[in-house]
Amino acid sequence: MTIPAPAVADHSGTPAPKDPETPETVGRSPGQLMWLRFRRDRTGMASAAIVLFFLMVAALAPVISTIYGKDPYTLYGQDVPGLLNEYGYPVLPNGGISSEFWFGIEPNLGRDVFMQLVYGIRTSLLIAAAATVLVTAIGIVMGIVAGYAGGRTDYAIGRLIDITLSFPATLFIIAFMPVVENIFVSPDEETPVWLRAVTLIIMLTAFQWAGIARILRGQVLSLREREFVEAARVTGASPARIVFKELLPNLWTPILIQATLLLPALVTAEAALSFLGVGMIEPIPDWGRMFLRGTQVYQNDITYLMFPGIALVIFVIAFNLLGDSVRDAFDPKIKR
Amino acid sequence: MKETGPMEETAPERDTAQAGTGSAAGRAAEPLLELSGLEKHFPITSGLVFKRQAGRVHAVDGIDLTVHAGETLGLVGESGCGKSTTGRLVARLLEPTGGSIRYGGRDITHASRRELRPIRAEIQMIFQDPYSSLNPRHTVGGIIRGPMEINGIDPPGGRDRRVRELLEIVGLNPEHYNRFPHEFSGGQRQRIGVARALALDPRLIVADEPVSALDVSIQAQVVNLLQRLQRELGIAFLFIAHDLAVVRHFSQRVAVMYLGKIVEIADRDSLYERPRHPYTHALLSAVPEVGLESAPGTGPRERIRLAGDVPSPIAPPSGCRFRTRCWKAQEKCAAEEPPLVRLEGNREGHLTACHFPEAPTVHGRDVVLDPALA
Repeated sequence: MTIPAPAVADHSGTPAPKDPETPETVGRSPGQLMWLRFRRDRTGMASAAIVLFFLMVAALAPVISTIYGKDPYTLYGQDVPGLLNEYGYPVLPNGGISSEFWFGIEPNLGRDVFMQLVYGIRTSLLIAAAATVLVTAIGIVMGIVAGYAGGRTDYAIGRLIDITLSFPATLFIIAFMPVVENIFVSPDEETPVWLRAVTLIIMLTAFQWAGIARILRGQVLSLREREFVEAARVTGASPARIVFKELLPNLWTPILIQATLLLPALVTAEAALSFLGVGMIEPIPDWGRMFLRGTQVYQNDITYLMFPGIALVIFVIAFNLLGDSVRDAFDPKIKR
Repeated sequence: MKETGPMEETAPERDTAQAGTGSAAGRAAEPLLELSGLEKHFPITSGLVFKRQAGRVHAVDGIDLTVHAGETLGLVGESGCGKSTTGRLVARLLEPTGGSIRYGGRDITHASRRELRPIRAEIQMIFQDPYSSLNPRHTVGGIIRGPMEINGIDPPGGRDRRVRELLEIVGLNPEHYNRFPHEFSGGQRQRIGVARALALDPRLIVADEPVSALDVSIQAQVVNLLQRLQRELGIAFLFIAHDLAVVRHFSQRVAVMYLGKIVEIADRDSLYERPRHPYTHALLSAVPEVGLESAPGTGPRERIRLAGDVPSPIAPPSGCRFRTRCWKAQEKCAAEEPPLVRLEGNREGHLTACHFPEAPTVHGRDVVLDPALA
């Protein structure tokens, strides 16, 4: 090891003027190192590209709709004769795939499957992303408060986490959705779409925050005992400064990993709830509901079931692999 | 290592402190830090929902200490005897359960964070583990600037210049300002920790085993750095260590702790050459000797091997705490706690807490209590 030379004696009291020739040494932050490692991970980059593709499709859905010349609401099969037969199934083979309808048309209603799929990503992603943001925010607050405050607060939050995790979430949402509608919607009205969306987001958040809160609590418990926190306290740092400046920068890694793994889980959860009939309602396109319709018609039109199924599988796998790669990049010591 | 140099101008206001270093005049003045009867008992709770106190760990059990301005007081003892707890109490990282801490004539025993504000800058700490004492997400510059930001200190020429200055003082390249802790070795990291402690111009630094996590070759460099700082900036040190050689090299006075109590305190030469407490004898005889160090005519150094471990601080022995491992223990030791007093024949300031003190020599006698070695 080389120890740098001790202080240069400079009795005038001013440090030697910096040599303009030597460029300033800039260290690589842990974040930059993580990015370098991530870029070397081929699986990670591929899954990131797929995830990015899905995000772009969701963001540009109206543009795609304009170029493609169709929208997800028009009942093409019923408007244009010759697309559906007398039983409501597409006349053309493979679910009615043609140069005009790339992914075929929906049985009975005759909507365009491609557009349903494109707009369906939007629904899934919007609900899952909103729930992820809320879950992460609540998880961070609860986890840090429990871990940092300790004592009775920690005990109370810990038991709340236990209860939340042991609650039968899906069953509760299925049972509770009609109750919400009874309270907010009179029987002669139709359920507004925003009410369903908001209820779904709140429900998913209410049952998902506990996991991330528990992980962060553990992290804070171990970080709190590290000497750099004591060093900050010795210099008189306020609890707020310790949380935001000392603890939080060390928590972004688990937070980011948890969030990237949470989003696909919530996309599947939303699709599952829609499949069970308590998710998004008509006419908003939704993958889960496309599944439901697909299972009803799969004996005559298997193609209709294939598209949402394959799209969901690709999306969730890509997102999960991305989460794994992010974790590996942040913590190279974990060997798979 | 350069022994003189750039330090004077960084802290010109230290003249008074420097004058007090080791001199009789300095001793007479009011001490910088005064601990009296300081206690820290950690409660042991049991029960899941309804917590009740099942016992107490007597980590620090009534110690009296003074540290004068510009002086280094070494605090030595076995693991688990309360050295680090004492250091953390002085730095007010822990709340004392009894006794008092006076700093510069002010009682700071139970001062709140706000009340401590003006004093925080003057008492700083250097930590044992250079790997966990630096936040891995901050740059070196950010770590050293932190204390100045927290205390709103704007040195002339700006904080960045001061950070570079501090890096130079501790012997690091000021160009490494933007690097992260993981890019440094253990010794360099410990220097960063020292620079952070210096950022507030402290008058007292609590060094909690600052070199025990380092390689022996690096230890010397860091100890020399601390010694240079102590001499040139007149900073007082409470130097906590279990390595007696390092303490001897660095301290003017040394206190020996055993199970939450101070058993002997004296100036360095007095303690190392004329120890009186049996425990001090045992500790000194445990220092490995390299080569033939014993002075001519004095014979080989004594060897004392203690048996067993330090008793549990949950239920410390009655009377003298060392009696369970002491070869001189008698009934009186269990019944009566020996006071920490100046024994006959000792120099001034040499206090020992023992009923049956040893002869003031470290030579020519073997006491082997360990059955495995007898």
